Amino acid sequence: MLLEYAIVAGLLFGVFYAYLALGLNLIFGVLRIVNLAHGDLVMLGSYLAFELYYAWHWSPLLAIVVAVVPCILVGGALYLGVAPRLARAQDPEMMSLVLFFGISQVIEAIAAFGFTSNERSVSANALGSHPVGILGQAYPVTWVVVAAASVPVLLILFAYLGRTRLGRATRAVMASPDEAAAVGINVRMVSALTFGVGVALAVGAGSLAVFMLGGVTPTEGVSITILSFAVIVVGGLGNPLGTVVGGLVLGLAFQLTLTFLPNWASLVPYVLLLAVVLTRPTGVLSRARRLA
Amino acid sequence: MPAAGFVVANAFYPNQQELVMMMVYLALAQGINVIYGFTGYLPFGYVGFFGAGAYGLALSVLYLHVPAGVGLLFAVLAAVAVAALLFPLLRLEGVYFAIASLAAAEALYEVISNPSLAAVTKGPYGINLVSAYNANASFVAAVALVAVSMGIVVYLRTSRLGLALRAIRSDAVSAEFAGINVVQRRTVAWLLSAAMAGAAGGTFAWYTSTFYPGAVFDSSISIFAIVFALFGGVGTTWGPALGAVVLFGVYNAVGISQPQYFQLIYGVLIVLLVLFLPGGLGSLVQRLAPRWRRLRRTPGRGPEALPGVGGPDG
Repeated sequence: MLLEYAIVAGLLFGVFYAYLALGLNLIFGVLRIVNLAHGDLVMLGSYLAFELYYAWHWSPLLAIVVAVVPCILVGGALYLGVAPRLARAQDPEMMSLVLFFGISQVIEAIAAFGFTSNERSVSANALGSHPVGILGQAYPVTWVVVAAASVPVLLILFAYLGRTRLGRATRAVMASPDEAAAVGINVRMVSALTFGVGVALAVGAGSLAVFMLGGVTPTEGVSITILSFAVIVVGGLGNPLGTVVGGLVLGLAFQLTLTFLPNWASLVPYVLLLAVVLTRPTGVLSRARRLA
Repeated sequence: MPAAGFVVANAFYPNQQELVMMMVYLALAQGINVIYGFTGYLPFGYVGFFGAGAYGLALSVLYLHVPAGVGLLFAVLAAVAVAALLFPLLRLEGVYFAIASLAAAEALYEVISNPSLAAVTKGPYGINLVSAYNANASFVAAVALVAVSMGIVVYLRTSRLGLALRAIRSDAVSAEFAGINVVQRRTVAWLLSAAMAGAAGGTFAWYTSTFYPGAVFDSSISIFAIVFALFGGVGTTWGPALGAVVLFGVYNAVGISQPQYFQLIYGVLIVLLVLFLPGGLGSLVQRLAPRWRRLRRTPGRGPEALPGVGGPDG
């Protein structure tokens, strides 16, 4: 009973973790930019869902959709603003890490001004009121709705990457920006769009995170960024499909530990990240080397 | 010299705690300088060593009943032990190292603050060292901490070890060809840097004498140390010290009652530094100094106008 419960809960959380980390992985895979502000964007998404729900009674699921266009515009503009200077740096990847670390601090400070440091949460009733039965056991309705909302988002993104012209161009840039430019792809615009999509994914996941990670505070960004890193490191950095695998592994590991060793569950993402990073250093870490 | 400065400041400035914190951060910024400035590894989880040092001192005082001054040695030992445990992280590069070290520090915090280990580490309930409290002695320890950490950086700037580290940073493969033992030198820098943070953590623990695990593993400690070091300019002797004194001063002026303002200020500062001045304030001085010197010398001096003659003197 306990084991079954942990496995089902792990899968529900796993799908959500995949959604949570997808934006970070997409931006890293295509642009080689480490978006350390990822967790803070998720945090902003949580506040968006909160405001929309309590001001206008909009469903948090609607917040995911509403956020898409503004996020793509803002994210794309930000990318176009900083990319030329980053490209000139001696070590662009490392510089992007420090730059987005600064941006994350700015977002955190502004959020603390705007929303105060008190924790806020959205009532679970926003997503439904009755527990859902799966295999004879009852699960909180929020878990099921969040997982059910995450799956279509993942499917849409993979359809975009796999079936559309722009998505194929994005994958071409991911494989090699120079060769993509050589065949006539506008690398700059594709990159800007991808950055915007990554931002939209992070903010969208935020409107669900407020249910899965328990409330929202302006300082939660760092831990969400680490959690997302654990997911994408396990699944393979720069590999969008791997994110799903990573999410499920982390979800299962976390729920199983929570069930059988509850005091140690919070260690799971860190230990998993370290274990994978250290045991498969090149395979998981370096896409560039793998392709060469 | 900066150590003497703090002693003088203590005579005039009423808030000793601020001075101690400034010295602790100066040591941390220099520790970041040693590992990031000289090897290129950026440890986002640097606070792990600080926390290990704080607990090294606290637990040795509580269980071994050593005087707190001796406890500082245990603080260094604890941090060095953690650094040795994390040797495998040095196989990682750039971003992966930064993230993995962050995860390692968080993991260490989760272990030490875990209720299951409350019998040993007091878990989440915190440490009380009031019996060992000694404001004057711990102030002296902080002054010594500043002197030693400045000394380490001066040593690295002038010694073969420092030269080897900078060679490794700019091109590890060529350095290896030139006969430098890359792994060994990096390891030394890593242990030195950890020891500095451990000593800083021990000093902090001694001075404050009561603390919760969340306070000594607070990720904003790593953030401050990195920001101070970057602001002043890593790889230099004075940059991180200047960064710590100036920015911690700003923090005391605006940050304590309104931490968000300070966070906003240094967030913007980092963005501007990365985009416009990647070498930190120190590089600005280095870039402007020769020009300034040339500007003063030019009247009546013909050869100065030749390109390269008035160039940087190293």
